[in-house]
Amino acid sequence: MSKYMMHILVCGGTGCLSSQSGEIVEGLKKAIEDIGMQNQVQVVKTGCFGFCEKGPIVKILPDNTFYVQVKPEDVEEIVSEHIVKGRKVERLLYENPESKTPISDSKHMNFYKKQMRVALRNCGFINPENIEEYIARDGYGALAKVLTLSQMEVIEEVKKSGLRGRGGGGFPTGLKWEFAYKNVADQKYVVCNADEGDPGAFMDRSILEGDPHSIVEAMAICGYAIGATKGLVYIRAEYPLAVKRLECAIAAAREYGLLGEHILGTAFSFDIEIRFGAGAFVCGEETALIHSMEGKRGEPTTKPPFPAASGYWAKPTNVNNVETFANIPVIFLKGAEWFSKIGTEKSKGTKVFALAGKINNVGLIEVPMGTTLREVIYDIGGGIKGGKQFKAVQTGGPSGGCLTEKDLDTPIDFDNLLAKGSMMGSGGMIVMDEDDCMPAVAKFYLEFTAEESCGKCTPCRVGTKRLLEILEKIVSGRGTPKDLDTLKELSEVIKDTALCGLGQTASNPVLSTLKVFEEEYIAHVRDHKCPAKQCSALLQYRITEKCVGCTACSRVCPVGAISGTVKKQHTIDISKCIKCGACESKCRFNAIVKE
Amino acid sequence: MPKMMSLEELQALREKVKASIDLREKGDQAEKMVIVRVAMATCGIAAGAREIMSYFLDEAQHRNLTNIMVTQSGCMGYCYAEPTVEVTKPGEEPIVYGYVTKERAQEIIEKYILGGELVEGIIPVSHQSLDE
Repeated sequence: MSKYMMHILVCGGTGCLSSQSGEIVEGLKKAIEDIGMQNQVQVVKTGCFGFCEKGPIVKILPDNTFYVQVKPEDVEEIVSEHIVKGRKVERLLYENPESKTPISDSKHMNFYKKQMRVALRNCGFINPENIEEYIARDGYGALAKVLTLSQMEVIEEVKKSGLRGRGGGGFPTGLKWEFAYKNVADQKYVVCNADEGDPGAFMDRSILEGDPHSIVEAMAICGYAIGATKGLVYIRAEYPLAVKRLECAIAAAREYGLLGEHILGTAFSFDIEIRFGAGAFVCGEETALIHSMEGKRGEPTTKPPFPAASGYWAKPTNVNNVETFANIPVIFLKGAEWFSKIGTEKSKGTKVFALAGKINNVGLIEVPMGTTLREVIYDIGGGIKGGKQFKAVQTGGPSGGCLTEKDLDTPIDFDNLLAKGSMMGSGGMIVMDEDDCMPAVAKFYLEFTAEESCGKCTPCRVGTKRLLEILEKIVSGRGTPKDLDTLKELSEVIKDTALCGLGQTASNPVLSTLKVFEEEYIAHVRDHKCPAKQCSALLQYRITEKCVGCTACSRVCPVGAISGTVKKQHTIDISKCIKCGACESKCRFNAIVKE
Repeated sequence: MPKMMSLEELQALREKVKASIDLREKGDQAEKMVIVRVAMATCGIAAGAREIMSYFLDEAQHRNLTNIMVTQSGCMGYCYAEPTVEVTKPGEEPIVYGYVTKERAQEIIEKYILGGELVEGIIPVSHQSLDE
């Protein structure tokens, strides 16, 4: 047994690693060796802590000190002060934004107070590359338990837990397993969908980076339940760290006899392979994903037949998302009843969200279903950046919709979000403030879906392109009121006729912004104004009477659009102005306004 | 690592490795733990605080006392009485012991931590910490 009296956990997620947390780990190890305490202090590289806004994170245990925004040059001070003398390095502690006092224990931070970590239970707690730390956290205990049950008992337990697919659809997981179980075949497959593609979403990546064994274990459990001996993880190649940790986990599980032939001496055999995706959004759709794994074009086909009947190489295949799998071991360790007590009536358990956009605490969070948007955005997320006004939050990524002030007290679950015109999606949550122009936001998402459309069906291939063209027309000031009707009609047609989920939901951002922010669209097409002052084509620069005639602006203007004499108010020639904004940033008297 | 061939082997491995992350789990629920804080400033270390700290760690392990968390602090100011150890039971006021030897450490564990009875060597604390 180790005699370590102190553990230093350093975040090794992608976000923190790109802020040099790798160097911090090396630096800490070296500094600790230098003082001869390598047998007393253990340095551990963990998965994501979730508080990406203030990364890299360094946590010291047992005193639970939480250091934020640590730089490699801070290492020496942490070791000489905290490790040697037991004095906390105050300047690296997280500062409570309201009281401006430092908080040393992460438990007292608002960011963590309302969270409940089930899928993320081991992220930021264990070393993801060490299988023994996972086993110490009861890892593979769920698999061991499952191997003593019958297949149907396993499926019943999952059904009883009320777990629904976390990839976006919200289909009951137990039911999906039952379909695959009931289809008889000589070979069945378990597929983990790690093709996370929503802009701004990084839940699945973080789970794979921080706790890859939970996915390996859950896939083996699923394999046992449906009668499959082969598992495949479809992961995008742009997630190199997640791929590496997963490969490492699979190899370790094989070595320990937790994957392979006769797992733990039973008759059950199961192994996992990794398949790389090239990063096409449509491949997150299960039929397209399966085609891509077979080496075909990543294009969806109509369902039925569902993969549970005819999937990978036409064999019964069960496809679940990473986060769904991450919940499985916990359900067996703590019981379906425990799990079903968390959440709302029809949405059980917790949900991981990736908070992004104009929010103070950008990061990865996990809350029980039924938590309100207000709690997520204001309590956990710390409110809007720069004290600006909240405008909307986009959930469900490019397939979802936006929710506004009036929806803030809605408890988040699958059905409530659908009823409000958005959707749960995979868990991306992008917060927008008063400076965001909604037609431009809709255009952003359409650019994404138009590019990601696989082109197989006409409504999606041509429809999203046309939608995008109309939106481009609107934000460039050439829109007419008739365009709004066309937008609406076309959106409805695409929704009804597209082949797969990508197309069917592609127009959601348009419909939802159009419904909630109709006036903003009208302002664009009727008055040719952008109320959020974002669409540069609709804005004009003007010099106000605050101008003292310093001539700074006329000298900086690259096209010579500003004229005027010294010490007199200058003017901008609108026909020449290219709206670069150089004059506005140069003016020291705030005399230049954008309208 | 040879392959595990039974559920019992997995169970045995779990028991073996559990202690490796024990400290992290304890830190996570520090409010329920008996915290033994050994003063580890220059004065403390010179007086043998390191040995006392390892003694507490070893004893906690031998006696299988899972609710004890041994940690360190800076100089508490009682340099004349080093090594000093502060023991905080959940929900109780911290008690500081001075001149801690292995014998006294054993007494602290047996009588105070397990038995709830105060033992010799208490340093009366006449100050209040700002943050607690």
